[in-house]
Amino acid sequence: MELVQRILQFVDQIFVNLSSWASSQLANFLPEWAVTFLMMFATVLVLVVFGLGSIIWINVFERKVIGRFQDRYGPNRFGPWGLLQCVADMIKLLTKEDITPTKADRLIYNLAAVVPIVPTFLILAVIPFGRGMVAADLSIGFLYIVAVGSLGTIGIFMASWGSRNKYSLLSGIRTVAQMISYEIPMVLSVVGVLLLVGSLSMVSIVDAQGQWRLPFIVLQPLAFVLYFTSAVAEVNRSPFDLPEGESEIVAGYHIEYSGIKFAMFLLAEYINAFSICAIATTLFLGGWRGPVLPSWAWFFLKTYSLYIVLIWLRATLPRLRVDQLMNFAWKTLVPLALANLMVTALVAKLVPQYSLIGAGAFLVMNVVIILGIALVKYPRWKRERREVVLVPRSASSQAGSS
Amino acid sequence: MSELKTETITVNMGPQHPSTHGVFRLILTLDGETVVDVEPVVGYLHRNHEKIGEYNNWIQNTPFTDRLDYISPMSNEFAYVLAVEKLAEIESPERANYIRIIMVELNRIVNHMVAVGFLLNELGCFFTPMFYAIRWRELVMDLYEMTAGSRMMPNYFWIGGVAADLPPRFLPECKELVAALPSFIDELERLITDSEIVQMRCKNVGILPPDVAVAYGCTGPLLRASGVPYDIRRAEPYSIYDRFDFDVVVGTVGDVYDRYLVRIVEMRQSVRILEQALRDLPEGETATPKKKKFTPPQGDVYHRIEAPKGELGFYLVSDGSDHPYRYKIRAPSFVNLQSLPYMCKGHKIADVVIVIGSIDLTMGEVDR
Amino acid sequence: MTTKETFEGLAAKFPQFDLGYLEGKDPAVLVKGENLVDLAQHLREEQDYDYCASITGVDYEDRFEVVYHLYSTTRKGGPVILKVHATRDNPEVPSVVSIWPGADWQEREVWDLMGIRFSGHPDLRRILMWEGFQGYPLRKDFPGMKDEYTFSQTSGDRENE
Repeated sequence: MELVQRILQFVDQIFVNLSSWASSQLANFLPEWAVTFLMMFATVLVLVVFGLGSIIWINVFERKVIGRFQDRYGPNRFGPWGLLQCVADMIKLLTKEDITPTKADRLIYNLAAVVPIVPTFLILAVIPFGRGMVAADLSIGFLYIVAVGSLGTIGIFMASWGSRNKYSLLSGIRTVAQMISYEIPMVLSVVGVLLLVGSLSMVSIVDAQGQWRLPFIVLQPLAFVLYFTSAVAEVNRSPFDLPEGESEIVAGYHIEYSGIKFAMFLLAEYINAFSICAIATTLFLGGWRGPVLPSWAWFFLKTYSLYIVLIWLRATLPRLRVDQLMNFAWKTLVPLALANLMVTALVAKLVPQYSLIGAGAFLVMNVVIILGIALVKYPRWKRERREVVLVPRSASSQAGSS
Repeated sequence: MSELKTETITVNMGPQHPSTHGVFRLILTLDGETVVDVEPVVGYLHRNHEKIGEYNNWIQNTPFTDRLDYISPMSNEFAYVLAVEKLAEIESPERANYIRIIMVELNRIVNHMVAVGFLLNELGCFFTPMFYAIRWRELVMDLYEMTAGSRMMPNYFWIGGVAADLPPRFLPECKELVAALPSFIDELERLITDSEIVQMRCKNVGILPPDVAVAYGCTGPLLRASGVPYDIRRAEPYSIYDRFDFDVVVGTVGDVYDRYLVRIVEMRQSVRILEQALRDLPEGETATPKKKKFTPPQGDVYHRIEAPKGELGFYLVSDGSDHPYRYKIRAPSFVNLQSLPYMCKGHKIADVVIVIGSIDLTMGEVDR
Repeated sequence: MTTKETFEGLAAKFPQFDLGYLEGKDPAVLVKGENLVDLAQHLREEQDYDYCASITGVDYEDRFEVVYHLYSTTRKGGPVILKVHATRDNPEVPSVVSIWPGADWQEREVWDLMGIRFSGHPDLRRILMWEGFQGYPLRKDFPGMKDEYTFSQTSGDRENE
């Protein structure tokens, strides 16, 4: 028993131990500032390589899962079970001609391909991938995520403006409107969680869920749904993929990009989608916490489960229209997030922390809000089923039924 | 405060665009996202089908009609063959009549499946409803391949009958398929009909009032969704349609959602016709004796059928030789397309796309 | 109501139009170009022929013929087939777009491919062929086989070189 626990702990802490071993080895012959610098550099390297590498996996994963949804195999030609498909795609994209439209604003156009990818990697820095596995435990963790995450909008807007294409322009307008609108419910819904924790640090959010002995999804189910919905919109995934809107504005902001620049946008998109799942896991699903399995395994298990939900949405739902999108953000998500925030603040003051009663109170409060909203809004949600009229032969006095 | 200055932009949608069903161009004038004006530009697939038809002989034109509306080749052949039979006063044998009805109604189901699948694609579904529909379309295509040897260009209808009798495997497999089709339609409806987003996007978009629809000459599901119970199968029964019991499906509002619903219910009605036709299918000849050289008498004739997309008519003029003197196609998509600007004005750019999808265009037929 | 009866009714109502009756598989009413709009107006308003299914131009070498197939969506009857003759030198037929808006594209198509002008049409441009195309492809004197046809360069060809 002891042995099993030791092994589990070893596996759990394998990356942390590796890093401390490396730094202690380096400390033998390097000054302290150099060790710190090298270790930071190594961490960044690991994150970037992880980010890029996970694309290969996520991409094939997504296409495989969507294939299953659509009753087909998905990629299955290159590599075992088609796992290397993404490598082939990458090679294809890298060898493609790099086109710059003659009338494009060259500086902005070329810069825009790089800008969106930077914040996506920056976000990975504050996510605790496992026990003690966080690149930078910032005390302003979530604030940092919001701040950095919204930088991606600028890149997309630069791309849409710089390409000097009308579809891109439309996409740029949509993007800015959408990103700014959905940031508000996203942040507001998380504030409830931050209230419970009393800290913005991602590590302490996970710790707080340990103290409650419950993931925050139990305490804040409404906030979770709100966060996830607005985060899906934030990363332009279906059903909020208006900026790309393949059937309307073709590909939106990256319509003019080809080759590696196009790949950069794809990369940013996939890492973003992964990040919002990772953030949701940290905030609501207890982060890396879980029995038996190593902490980082739990983290990825939860994150990928959420990612499957993203894929599921993409495979099932049609796109919203632009005015409906705005209505949804401002008339549904924002009021709900505000209601959630106010009631959370009230309940948090009234019930004892870290207790089952408290958790129950939060759950009841959520159910009350959801039911209340549903009762108020239900008549509008439930639209009567429209039927067609069937005209049988006998009833047809019309046109020449001789 | 001075008034904000706004400017409309002109966007050229197409000819290469994922949602224009081929090479079809729209010149959109946009005020932000709102459509101010739409001008459809067609002709990119023009190959002067009618002129080539005048150089082909009568028999050669049958397979040539497959290329018009390539989603529903059997209906095209049916219309042409009936027109020529009317011109030459040929009666096709009873069994051939039934086989034709079976083929054409299967074709209607295929066409509506594709129409609904593409409509959902244009709504932004990532191909899932499309694949649901295509999977069943493929089973119908298997039946075509079994009987005609080709999936999409069957060349199965002959003047005075059909090219060959049904293979022995056809009837059991077709009966099985027809029995399974209602469950498929239910499956598709579960995915789409009650979907909140589909209803938000489709309801009250692209409304076409009945009087406008008739004035523009719209036919098919587009007209019926507007509330006009006009189905040529009922109004002017051709072939043996007067023997079958089916309902004309009529919408109430005339928006995109109604057109979708009309197509879904029409599929169910086609299943009804198929059940009756398969039940009553008689034994006997499938073609009148074929002649090497086919020369109908002089004269002109117009024959129209209710193709899946609307009224498909052939106006044929014969000068007594072995090829048509004039071979004109009244294509449903071409005429229906005229109502597009009316339906799109004032809506958002995303609605233009779904209105196009709900008209159900095939550019092979529009441009001819 | 058969075409014969329709014709007799029309001939009685409009003796000044000098309508003709054409026998055939589909009997038709022959109408002079200048009377077409009035007759169409009457059919549309009084007899509910609200649906103009098809407009066809036919080149009979010595003359052009425009054929209209009219149906009603609201009551029994039809089709009424109207035939209008046009001269070969100056083919011109009045437009019926004001009566059936759906005739718009069909008339444009006939103009495009057959070269019959529809006077009073709001927007008579080529529809299937491109602007600047010479000739009318469906006319009998337009070459149809590839060895009869001389290919010429269009403005687009130069750009592709």
